Amino acid sequence: MELGTSTPGGYLLVLAILLPLAGIMLSFTLGGRNAERVALGSTPFGIVLACAIAFEVGQAGKPIVYTIGGLPPPLGIALRADGISAVMLVAAAVILAAAAFYARSKFATPDGVRESRSALTFWIMLQAIWAALIIIFVGGDLFNLYVALELLTFAAVPLVCIDGRPETLVAALRYLLFALFGSICYLLGVALFYGAHGTIDISLLAQRVQPTPVVWMAAALMTAGLLAKTALFPVHLWLPPAHANAPAAASAVLSGLVVKGSFFLTLRLWFFVLPALHTETAAVILGGLGSAAVIVGSVMALGQARLKLLVAYSTVAQIGYLFLVFPLASGGAQTWSAAGWSAGLMQVLAHAFAKAGMFLSAGVLAEALGHDRIGNLRGAARVLPLTFLTIALGGLSLMGLPPSGGFNAKWLMLQAAVASGQWFWTLPILVGGLLAAGYVYRILAPALSDGQVSLKVTPMRSQEVIALALTMAAIVLGFAPQAFLDFLEIGRPVTASSP
Amino acid sequence: MSVLPYLDVGLALLVVAVAAWTVAARALFASVVSYVAYGLLLAFVWIRLYAPDVALTEAAVGGGVTGVLLITAGKRLGALHDIGPDVRPGVGLKLLTGVLAALVAGALASVILLLPDPPPSLAPEASAAIDSAGAGLGNPITAVLMSYRSFDTMLEKIVLVLAVAGVWSMTADEAWGRAPSPFRRSRPYAPTIFLAQMLAPIGTLIGIHVFWTGANAPGGAFQGGALLAAIWIITMMARLAEPPRVDARWLRMALVAGPAVFLVNGLTGEFVAGSFFAYPPSVAKPIILFIEAFMVLSIAVALPMLVAGPSSEGSDQ
Amino acid sequence: MNPSVIAGLTGATLVGLGLYGFILHPHPLRKLLAFNLIGSGVFLVFGIVARRGAAAGFRFDPVPQAMVITGIVVAFAASAVAVALILRLSAANSDLSLDPDARAEPSDGEGP
Repeated sequence: MELGTSTPGGYLLVLAILLPLAGIMLSFTLGGRNAERVALGSTPFGIVLACAIAFEVGQAGKPIVYTIGGLPPPLGIALRADGISAVMLVAAAVILAAAAFYARSKFATPDGVRESRSALTFWIMLQAIWAALIIIFVGGDLFNLYVALELLTFAAVPLVCIDGRPETLVAALRYLLFALFGSICYLLGVALFYGAHGTIDISLLAQRVQPTPVVWMAAALMTAGLLAKTALFPVHLWLPPAHANAPAAASAVLSGLVVKGSFFLTLRLWFFVLPALHTETAAVILGGLGSAAVIVGSVMALGQARLKLLVAYSTVAQIGYLFLVFPLASGGAQTWSAAGWSAGLMQVLAHAFAKAGMFLSAGVLAEALGHDRIGNLRGAARVLPLTFLTIALGGLSLMGLPPSGGFNAKWLMLQAAVASGQWFWTLPILVGGLLAAGYVYRILAPALSDGQVSLKVTPMRSQEVIALALTMAAIVLGFAPQAFLDFLEIGRPVTASSP
Repeated sequence: MSVLPYLDVGLALLVVAVAAWTVAARALFASVVSYVAYGLLLAFVWIRLYAPDVALTEAAVGGGVTGVLLITAGKRLGALHDIGPDVRPGVGLKLLTGVLAALVAGALASVILLLPDPPPSLAPEASAAIDSAGAGLGNPITAVLMSYRSFDTMLEKIVLVLAVAGVWSMTADEAWGRAPSPFRRSRPYAPTIFLAQMLAPIGTLIGIHVFWTGANAPGGAFQGGALLAAIWIITMMARLAEPPRVDARWLRMALVAGPAVFLVNGLTGEFVAGSFFAYPPSVAKPIILFIEAFMVLSIAVALPMLVAGPSSEGSDQ
Repeated sequence: MNPSVIAGLTGATLVGLGLYGFILHPHPLRKLLAFNLIGSGVFLVFGIVARRGAAAGFRFDPVPQAMVITGIVVAFAASAVAVALILRLSAANSDLSLDPDARAEPSDGEGP
């Protein structure tokens, strides 16, 4: 029962969750400009807490645990941070802080008004997304994670339609319906797990699960629900309109982080709840859907006329890569499995930073030019050099060219695919890279060519720098040392099944 | 005893029939009304499952408050054109969906029949812990909600606050800060007013009673709060009260009171009981009742505000 | 057939019915109703799990029942957000006002 008692540093997990929750309530009560002040003021503390948790996990070399109220599972709820939780916590804190500071100009409460709808909504929902993600990354109880998933949905949907245009309302409604459907499937799976094994604590379940029909049904339902929320092909249709129509800061968070929340839980389910079972078939199905997503998303991106829609379809494709982790990291005892695992997490991180940076850049561009039609971008790089540098660097990572986190991810995936004899997974990786090169070229080629473009508004230098910093993080991931990959292995159960 | 199984089967068939009508009804409004009836019927199923706490919740929220929400929405939408593409699905699609739904239901049913025997249960653990962590609460569900799984309960209250913020975010910009539109524009009927005047004091007492006895008997903060919420909704439907402005400070404070007190208490638990969200054993019960009192307040305010919807332009008072 | 088996089969049927309506109905409010049917079916599954877990002098396992209460609250919050969004959308897409009595039927019910 070593995972059922608090460890040193475990209290940090509770503090990390309570910080944004308190922020939500303060922002809501004080209202007006204070909502923004609370949200911005808490970001540095959030980053510090995330780093402290990562430090503790690294020091301990094993997961840090906190049992809430001192009551261990199965009756109580435990929080656990392992290597991947710690890394995701830091990434989420950094990206959310960047989006918050980027959004200051758009979501400031106007002068002469005590409180504005869009400002109050934005600052509350941003903190709620943050709180929900932290719980998702450290939650150890499947029902507690359900509540967190709902929190994430209720925070993300209003951000999609925050400007109130009818098309954003349609996108938000569609998103809400998919998300609610996903939650209820997930919840049904939780009920079945409880019915079968009398606990929904992740590590207790991992010890108890048996390959019974009830367990397989529960796993299938939870996976289906999580896939609908992650927008994996073929349930991806809600994502492009929702992500493309939201304000840039919200798009960055939605595409970079929110879809990763439900993906993270899919990882938790298959690698942490069910490591004792033979999951090869399921892994192949997930990998197959992921491969299809890579191709379909990239081809759709190639055909888009608007930059933000192109970037959103690129998210559909990049999410596809994530699911290759299931076939490539199963069989935990094998050496190639570690490469597959690192590859999956590297892809999560690289895409989070690169995509957040690209969406913020697309926002700067749309603001500065008054449109984001790719056909009218001729010569735009001349007037927005910094923004196009950001798009180019982000594109580098999306294509998977060195040096970048995207390259590392795809290189490790290729290694794992070859080493495990599953060579067929190399096809979507290579084809997806070529297609990504195609859609990045579609943006950059006209922008770098001759043409007359006039600026409607001078871009804010601070916003351009924030976007550039995020994509630089994706590039820097390309230089991640082996120690970083080892850190990702902390707390990962060794799967019993080997092919 | 011999009649009960037939009653159970009859009740189940009735629930399924009303549910089927909710799905099959042509008119939107008929479907909504059918759903409300369904919510009330379901409360009886919960009683048969020895779940009086859930039955109370289902009746108050699933049937009552959700009913008002949906009927108000149905009426408002009925006054408009139908939105969304008005295409009737083809026979092929209907058949395909039917087969899919039947497969899912069938798989689920067979899995439910395959649940292990003897069934796993946390009831023995909960029973053993009832006097320590359960804080001497006679109602084990209150003990679970407020002690073992207090973290869920606090999060759920924050979800309610967030839902209120989400509903308010659907306001038109010009209307921000004003009150939601009244539940009805026209003058209410005299019987409604009479009913509201009658129910308000009695209902308030019952609501507080349900919360108070919830420590030991079926009931609790949520059920009590939901009853109080229903009273406020009825009062507003009778236009004895109007929805408050969404920027009213007291309203915001009442909405966050429950989760905020919960959170502060959870933090202090580390210093007075050695762990976040732990209670000092000697005073656990009074502390839990104290937190619950604020939760009752937040629930009683949040549910009506969720039903009332966003502020509207014409409702500056 | 004991009550929990009957309730379990009811729950499975409700999930199926709700799924059918959720996929097929074009109107968002109908989809929401169907979603709520699925939700109550899922809660019934928790309910039978709780009933089956009767032990140690309890007639039910309190843990899943507590989860249902939390779940009902969350589902209601979801419905409220969805209704607000649907009403906002229908207002944005139409010239009519959202006045509930704009074309009110004479027997203007009061709700339950």
